[in-house]
Amino acid sequence: MTEYIVLSAILFTIGCVGVLTRRNAIVVFMCIELMLNACNLALVTFAKQHGNLDGQIAAFFVMVVAAAEVVIGLAIIMTIFRTRRSASVDDASLLKY
Amino acid sequence: MTFWILAPIMVAAALGILFVRKAVHAAMLLAIVMLSLAVLYAVLDAPFLFAVQIIVYTGAILMLFLFVLMLVGVDASDSVVETIKGQRALATILGLALGAVLVTALSQVTLGTAVGLDEANAGGNIEQLANILFSRYVFAFEATSALLITAAIGAMVLAHRERLTPKETQASLAAQRMRDYAETGKHPGPLPAPGVYARHNAVDTPALLPDGSAAESSVSRVLVARGVIRSGPAMADDIDEVRRQLGQDPSEMPETSGKSGAPASTEEDVK
Amino acid sequence: MTLDAILLASSEAASEIPVVHPVAAEGVFTWLWLIIALPLAGAAVLLLGGAVAKGALDKVGHWIGTASAAGSFVLSLILFIALLGRGEEERQIGQHLFTWFQVGGLDVGMDLLYDPLSALFLLLITGVGSLIHVYSIGYMEHDDRRRRFFGYLNLFVAAMLVLVLGANYLVVFLGWEGVGLASYLLIGFWQHKHSAAAAAKKAFVINRVGDIGLSLAIALMFTTFGTTDFAAISEQASGASQATLNALGLLLLLGACGKSAQVPLQAWLLDAMEGPTPVSALIHAATMVTAGVYLVVRSNFIYELTPVAQTVVVIVATVTLLWGAILGCAKDDIKKALAGSTMSQIGYMMLAAGLGVAGYPFAIFHLLTHGFFKANMFLGAGSVMHGMNDDVDMRHYGGLRNYMPVTFLTFAMGYLAIIGFPGFSGFFSKDKIIETALAENWIIGLCALLGAGITGFYMTRLMLMTFFGDTSRWDKDAHPHESPHVMTVPLIVLAALSVLGGVLLLGDFVVEFLAPVTGVAEHHEPPLPAIVITLMVVAVVAIGVAAAWFLVGKREIPRVAPTEVSFATRAARADLYGDAINEGVVVAPGRALVSGLTSFDRVGVDGVVEGGSLGVGAVSGALRRVQNGFVRSYALSLLGGALLVVLALLAVNLA
Repeated sequence: MTEYIVLSAILFTIGCVGVLTRRNAIVVFMCIELMLNACNLALVTFAKQHGNLDGQIAAFFVMVVAAAEVVIGLAIIMTIFRTRRSASVDDASLLKY
Repeated sequence: MTFWILAPIMVAAALGILFVRKAVHAAMLLAIVMLSLAVLYAVLDAPFLFAVQIIVYTGAILMLFLFVLMLVGVDASDSVVETIKGQRALATILGLALGAVLVTALSQVTLGTAVGLDEANAGGNIEQLANILFSRYVFAFEATSALLITAAIGAMVLAHRERLTPKETQASLAAQRMRDYAETGKHPGPLPAPGVYARHNAVDTPALLPDGSAAESSVSRVLVARGVIRSGPAMADDIDEVRRQLGQDPSEMPETSGKSGAPASTEEDVK
Repeated sequence: MTLDAILLASSEAASEIPVVHPVAAEGVFTWLWLIIALPLAGAAVLLLGGAVAKGALDKVGHWIGTASAAGSFVLSLILFIALLGRGEEERQIGQHLFTWFQVGGLDVGMDLLYDPLSALFLLLITGVGSLIHVYSIGYMEHDDRRRRFFGYLNLFVAAMLVLVLGANYLVVFLGWEGVGLASYLLIGFWQHKHSAAAAAKKAFVINRVGDIGLSLAIALMFTTFGTTDFAAISEQASGASQATLNALGLLLLLGACGKSAQVPLQAWLLDAMEGPTPVSALIHAATMVTAGVYLVVRSNFIYELTPVAQTVVVIVATVTLLWGAILGCAKDDIKKALAGSTMSQIGYMMLAAGLGVAGYPFAIFHLLTHGFFKANMFLGAGSVMHGMNDDVDMRHYGGLRNYMPVTFLTFAMGYLAIIGFPGFSGFFSKDKIIETALAENWIIGLCALLGAGITGFYMTRLMLMTFFGDTSRWDKDAHPHESPHVMTVPLIVLAALSVLGGVLLLGDFVVEFLAPVTGVAEHHEPPLPAIVITLMVVAVVAIGVAAAWFLVGKREIPRVAPTEVSFATRAARADLYGDAINEGVVVAPGRALVSGLTSFDRVGVDGVVEGGSLGVGAVSGALRRVQNGFVRSYALSLLGGALLVVLALLAVNLA
């Protein structure tokens, strides 16, 4: 089962780097989803490893929360895009020193 | 076996997300990863999550992404120039370090023989999940329902735009039209259709007015901008010329003259 | 007057130190408060009334002031006679006017105490005070602020009366500060002169040092005895620890030193001569400067229990009497020469007061006679200045005896009294002090004897330079003339008192009269028969006079003081470097300390505070660059932190 966990870690890391390097807010969001999915994979793997369904329940809750988060996040992105005509996360950088 | 087929695909697709320039492509690659994950869930004895992953994640969430991408502009692509100094290099170094550390650490862990979910899934995975969800996790479940409602309301609030002017009615639009005609002489009626009273009824040929002149406003502005407008009389001369070259009598009317020939449809030829 | 009765009373008090036990005032003694109230009312009318009726008060103000002082004198005289008519036991009369303030356990009443000591002081203050008021009418005639001057004089008299009538130390302190204030106002009366304003400030500041001693002593009394009443403290004093008593004695002495210009707080007295001459006569010769002596004698119930403090009193007094005498020899300013003499004479009084029971009566006796003859001489000096266009330099005088006969004759009476010419008042008082000192300690006695000789020298020098010789040293426009009667009459009265003051010693009147206050001394046999000591004193004084005659009278006196003089003369002219000592010991280190502290505050404290804030500002100025507004940048630091956490977990787990 270790290979699943390693795959999960790799996907998580790729998601991380994506969040840090991509500038399109929607792609950044996709990378976050990728990280969440990687976590889900680990949870499901551990569920099988331990013969216990709690991991699957946790993954399910992650999906629910991710759905809610995507709804709000995309709405925010839309609002920003509507006023600033830009979906770049670097453009929303007025709140600084 | 399934894993070893899917894992390289998933990693490649995930890496693709990092490098493709168009957001739509990233979404497609993400779809590959998610679908592959769904398969892996099935392999890992989680049929419910397999379905949910496809229906909720790939079907709903990813479609939501695509909707938003459409609203924002499908062809908007990222610039490849990094604006924050050192961000990309540092992100790469730290990402690689994190990946290396995680992989190294995990590969040193011996998990032992998997217990397997056969026992836990006895009587059906979905039934067992429901058992747990509505007993031990019932409060969390209720909390997520509240969360989802909050999210729905939040999305509505964020997407809602306050109307600042009264909604225009048909009557007010008609009144405006007549006012414009009185003040600026703008034609109150519908624009003339192209091709009316013309030698051709093609959309790129303006209508002829009763006095024989062409009505410029009868053709689409898009075509005007592209410069592919043809005048009816000029077209007739062209056909006569072609016929003469073919050795035919230019006065004989052809059966199929509605189509504009490719070489004849360029503006250069008109001149 | 039975000695046995006193001894009996003393033995009943469990100690030989008499206890203050006033009886309630009745009959004529209920007027006691009026003695203070009269000059106080005079001061109030003169100082506050100017706003209402300036013109009228300017015309009659001096008469109001004089009348209030004279009224007090008449009352004092009546009370004194009434006191003489009482028995020995009833000669301490207390009067409670009102409760001054009440704080916790401390209940301070505005209480007055009239006993033989106060009685003598009352007569001196109001008597000499009234004469000086009269004299001032003439002396201040041409000053357009005469009304204010009399107001201040009345204020001073009132405060001085409070001082000597107070029945507890706080009331005494009230008077003590009151005379300090009046002294400040009067020294600086001609404040348009820079020197006068500076002298007033100097006197005030140095007096503060002494006043701190007195106020600390009062605080110590309160913590020790829980009260400041003379009566209560005199009963409980023997129960206090020796250290407390020593501290009390020394603190009271510090207060006395400040007010009485004793070494080391002597520096202000000579400068105080910047004030008008009647002020010098009243405040800085006859009354206020003797308040220190009064304080020591009044606190006899403390000093009798603390030999340490008594010894210090004697030492301070001896140093001062020689110090003042030396100053008197070198000064050419007639008032400063007299001021040096005053210092020296107060030194004699202090010496007597420090000698204990045997000395107290003679301290008071010398205080009275000195009050007469020194006031007389100061007023005489004022008269001379009045005739010589306010010139105070004795080198510009000479041969004035023919031009100012009354002044000369009265001054001569004072002169003979102060040098101790047999038969004059000073002879009796000073002779007794030297005799007592010799009986106690022969070194101190010899110093006192030497002081008497120097007194003879400098007073003779003053007489010779002022009234004898020729008139060649005068200023060109000097037209000396005798002063008006309003000035000469007080001189004559004071001269008479200077001559006759010795009668107080007839039949040991002073000693027995003061016995209820000071106690009765065991009789010490002096090392030599009394008559031999008297002859010695007369001989030493004669040597001093003769020396002055040969050194001053027989020589030509230069009009400008020679600068090529011996070190001793220079030192004496510079007040024996008293100001330099103050400057070096107190002012310079104080200034250095203050400037050090201010620079420490500026550099150290402010530097730490401001440097700290600057440092924090600089660091945060650099750190705020981290908050650049880019979400991805923040996420990067998150990733770094997560990596650190993972590494730390691994390090812990793998270790």
